[in-house]
Amino acid sequence: MAVISYREALRAAMREELKRDDKVVIMGEEVAQFNGAYKVTEGLLKEFGPKRIVDTPISEAGFIGLGIGASMLGIRPVMELMFWSFSYVAFDQIVNNAGNIRYMSGGLINCPIVIRGPANGGTNVGATHSHTPEAILASHPGIKVVCPATPYDAKGLMKAAIRDNDPVYVMENTILYNDKGEVPDEDYIVPLGVADVKRVGTDLTIVAHGRAVITSLKAAEILEKEHGVSVEVVDLRSIRPLDEETILASVRKTHRALLVEENKPFCGVDAQVAYLIQSKAFDELDAPIHRVSSIDAPQIYCKRMEDLQMPNVERVVAEALKVLA
Amino acid sequence: MAKPAVLTHPESLKRPAGPSEYAKDPANASMSKADKIALYTKMARIRHFEQRCIRIYQQGKIGGFLHLYVGQEAVAAGTISLLGKHDHIITGYRDHGHGLMVGMGMNECMAELTGRVTGCSQGKGGSMHYFAPDKNYWGGHGIVGGQAPLGTGLAYAVKYMGLKGSCLVYMGDGAVNQGAVHEAYNLASLWDLPVIFVVENNGYSMGTSQERSTAHPGCLAKRAEGYNMAWDVINGHDVYEVRAKTAIALKRAHEESKPTVLEIFTYRYFGHSMADPDKTYRDKEEIKEYREKKDPVFAFEQELLGEKVLTPELSLKINEAAMAEADKAAIFADESPDPTVADITKHIYWEEDNRGPKTTSRGTIIFE
Repeated sequence: MAVISYREALRAAMREELKRDDKVVIMGEEVAQFNGAYKVTEGLLKEFGPKRIVDTPISEAGFIGLGIGASMLGIRPVMELMFWSFSYVAFDQIVNNAGNIRYMSGGLINCPIVIRGPANGGTNVGATHSHTPEAILASHPGIKVVCPATPYDAKGLMKAAIRDNDPVYVMENTILYNDKGEVPDEDYIVPLGVADVKRVGTDLTIVAHGRAVITSLKAAEILEKEHGVSVEVVDLRSIRPLDEETILASVRKTHRALLVEENKPFCGVDAQVAYLIQSKAFDELDAPIHRVSSIDAPQIYCKRMEDLQMPNVERVVAEALKVLA
Repeated sequence: MAKPAVLTHPESLKRPAGPSEYAKDPANASMSKADKIALYTKMARIRHFEQRCIRIYQQGKIGGFLHLYVGQEAVAAGTISLLGKHDHIITGYRDHGHGLMVGMGMNECMAELTGRVTGCSQGKGGSMHYFAPDKNYWGGHGIVGGQAPLGTGLAYAVKYMGLKGSCLVYMGDGAVNQGAVHEAYNLASLWDLPVIFVVENNGYSMGTSQERSTAHPGCLAKRAEGYNMAWDVINGHDVYEVRAKTAIALKRAHEESKPTVLEIFTYRYFGHSMADPDKTYRDKEEIKEYREKKDPVFAFEQELLGEKVLTPELSLKINEAAMAEADKAAIFADESPDPTVADITKHIYWEEDNRGPKTTSRGTIIFE
């Protein structure tokens, strides 16, 4: 078991899949010569050469569409978006083409593409670069979305995504890139659609994904130390497919649920999770479901305010106490 | 009233229909008598299929949009008749002609229009979304210009796998103003991809004439120069000319792995779609003039009659057979069953349709 960073875990996943399957190609802005805008692909050009590791112009609709077309013929492109925020200029390709091609062809055509990159706020870069589109994209049947929170999950989900025959959109987080964690040396995948109980507890279930998991784990420690509350933290890991059973099993045990995400509240992932809990475990609930999400506004630039706009430990603790009251 | 056609089709109107000066071009001289009859037959089949569609649409059996290819047959026929094993095609929503040219059956095409499970996409795609990947036909795409990056990617894949092939990316004259097309142009040229962008210029992007939609309306293909690509213009009523000039672009793709933009001047006889009453943006005289002087199917028939390849009797037989085939397809489409409610949630994910030892994902992926 090596201790490596979230960034290194993603890179290791890509390196191993590049070695395993010569149809895997890494493509995106600055992924090759520049070694990656966030250094996720560092060293891959040197190891695999320019046929496998391809720099693209700043042309998301063009190169993402090109990757989708190539995947239809059996190439397995792993496309980097420097930010998922940039996906909006390629939305027709990402949603209409990748998401619909299998359906509209009656199952004749597959699109085994991975699109990956950071999708997070909290970096003091303003509204245009801080989007978290996992809910928007996961609302389209035909698309799969995963949001790893730890190095172990980042590597395992990335490898599963590359081997998957459907389009999988991997949403990373620049703030987590330097986080370290244990990652097995041997080959493994984290299957899509399997949540992970990151902390076991008995009094309250917190459901989270992405960096909100890390925030929730810190809040859970404070809740235990300062308030004597035992909190279970369920990390969704995968948004679509969604592990409904793990969420429901936890709620059936704790009878209380707090949902935490970095999205804005309207139609966020947790709106779906809240619906799920009330529809399948209504009688198990001892209190209404509460949510903590980002304050409903375009992402503010001012760093002091942005830290308050997004779910932070204080807000999670305060909201948890309301559910427990 | 719209300006006369001469402004929108400067090249096309330079030369009226008549014996083709491209008949002796190597691309055409190499065709056997049987090849020529087969090509004419395919053009006639497209014409009669589309005309049969009009009746079914008017009977209310085809929903949504129906974009007809009547008048443009020589474009799909001329280009696709040149293609080999590793040549692929992709197009926009005016996609029936291309489908029939690659060898799709009239039955599956007609049944798709009426939304039947026997349709090429099992009633899930409709008129704008035909697919036949086993025949290198990758659709059938509904969003103007959205297919241009996909086709560039198909060409990228062909090149990546070391095959001598290409992808022909068809689009209308309206698509050349979409950003995705320009991004595709840039990538195709930057990476030396074997793509042929075929601009089927029928003069109108829906109801907007080229001069009202496009700066530099004289020649759309010339925009290729901005991307360091070769280009050419073609009279789209002459299938021999289409073949002769496409063959050059195809050779460039195969031998040099370089892209080309071909602008093919053509014309559609019906509205943008059947939902277009076609009364506000062009003169009926303009349609009449093209039909009478430059009809591509009639022109090729005359050409082949002149060459003694075709006789009036054989031509009649070919046309009657195509009509009968379209009639039979209409009955097939009428009598075929609809998909079921259970079918609505099939073909969304490969993994869902192929659950077994090879699939790994779990959890809920289709939601209540």
